[in-house]
Amino acid sequence: MAYTERLDKRKFDELRPMEAKIGVVKNAKGSASFKSGKTWAIAAVYGPREIYPKFLANPTKGILRCHYTMMPFSGSGERIRPGKSRRAQEISMVMEKALLPVVDLTDFPNSVVDVFVELPQTDAGTRCAAISAASMALAHAGIPMKDLVSSIAVGQVDGTVLADLSYGEESYPDVEVSDIPVAMLHNSKQISLLQMDGEISKKDLLKALEMAKGATEKVYELQVKALKEHYSKE
Amino acid sequence: MINGNKETIAQLANEGKRLDGRSLTEFRQPIEIETDISWTAEGSAKVRIGETVIMAGVKLSIEKPYNDTPNEGGIMINAELTPLSSEEYESGPPGMKSIELARVTDRGIREAKAIDMKKLCITPGEKAWFVIVDIITINDAGNLFDAAGLAVLTALKAARFPVVDPETGAIDYKQKTKVSLPLSKEPLPITVYKINGKLVVDPTNEEENASEARLTVASDSKGTISAMQKGGEDSLTIDEISEMVDLATEKSAFLREQINKVLKK
Repeated sequence: MAYTERLDKRKFDELRPMEAKIGVVKNAKGSASFKSGKTWAIAAVYGPREIYPKFLANPTKGILRCHYTMMPFSGSGERIRPGKSRRAQEISMVMEKALLPVVDLTDFPNSVVDVFVELPQTDAGTRCAAISAASMALAHAGIPMKDLVSSIAVGQVDGTVLADLSYGEESYPDVEVSDIPVAMLHNSKQISLLQMDGEISKKDLLKALEMAKGATEKVYELQVKALKEHYSKE
Repeated sequence: MINGNKETIAQLANEGKRLDGRSLTEFRQPIEIETDISWTAEGSAKVRIGETVIMAGVKLSIEKPYNDTPNEGGIMINAELTPLSSEEYESGPPGMKSIELARVTDRGIREAKAIDMKKLCITPGEKAWFVIVDIITINDAGNLFDAAGLAVLTALKAARFPVVDPETGAIDYKQKTKVSLPLSKEPLPITVYKINGKLVVDPTNEEENASEARLTVASDSKGTISAMQKGGEDSLTIDEISEMVDLATEKSAFLREQINKVLKK
């Protein structure tokens, strides 16, 4: 029995309904909200500002620091205790690496740009939603950028390559499943986030990455639309 | 924050005026209350007062009751002043401000006996429901106490118990019943600030910084007071306290009306 029909009846390359909004945190220099299905990320950017502790400062360029936090009530099971988990710290780190290729901080030596992401509810694809939101928030904050970063997960369930896996698909019982969060730089189509859980053949991996191009393009279109809408209002 | 505004704010207060044109006892607009903003919480709410935005989420779990109250469940309220919500807040363990916010909000609900803890008991001495509410700031533009109280009460009212497997006793968090929490009262905290001797409600950050003292008063629809907290550096006269309590109960009724407008829809 192959996986021929998705749990939520989506086409194989179809994304969950998305929603993007700019300017959701007034105190921040830039902010954005990104919803993908029942996963919701809110990102806020502060800085460039002085970095503490000072020994972290880089005299040649500014530092990008990401902070990923799931709200205590945002998990699908029990309450999550506040405080930085190993998982949250790793995701924060890969977020930084996903965003760095497009961000130019050479004009801000000894400073830091902080990106805070909070998730009120989650259903798979949280790091991707966090990166897509963060990328918009950085643009809204006026941080010099070469490009936008758009992120989505691809993968396969029982040999069928899919885009934007839901939690039900990620945890599909008794078959081979792989989940591959990807972030893509829009202009160059280069990949700045790539992780994988599960098993996959090389053939399916390349097929999934090809699918990620079209999928991140849809995220990109929504990001641009949200930014344009925001600035046409002002 | 801009200290230069302190004198202006104090002077204006003396004339019964404020920087944003409100009267001293007027809340900011808009006041927006949204429920069920998080499918993963058993109850949740997002509250906006002016530019202040706060979320609250309720999680329920089954635990062993405390030894001294074997027939009762429990409640805990926690607050996170997120660095996302203001440049003043840093990542890391909770500071004094978030501890005070959590404890004052907690007392307002707990001491009113708003939730019947005995009704949360499943098997005496063994199993009872415990309620944990997390307050998360999204944008701190002043008056977190009132916004948090409003978000917490709304989230508690919107909460529904999850399904429990009758055989294993395990909670299925993905399915909710239609049963709400045994909530018999609706206490809401209102904080009255003293600026240049005048009483002010719903301050902005700048007005908070310009104030000499504050008094938070939680009260229910009958006007019964369930918690108080005096803050700030200055002291208060008994006459001032009397006036502050009157103002707080009046505004508490006003905010309660806002919740019930939303929940009736």
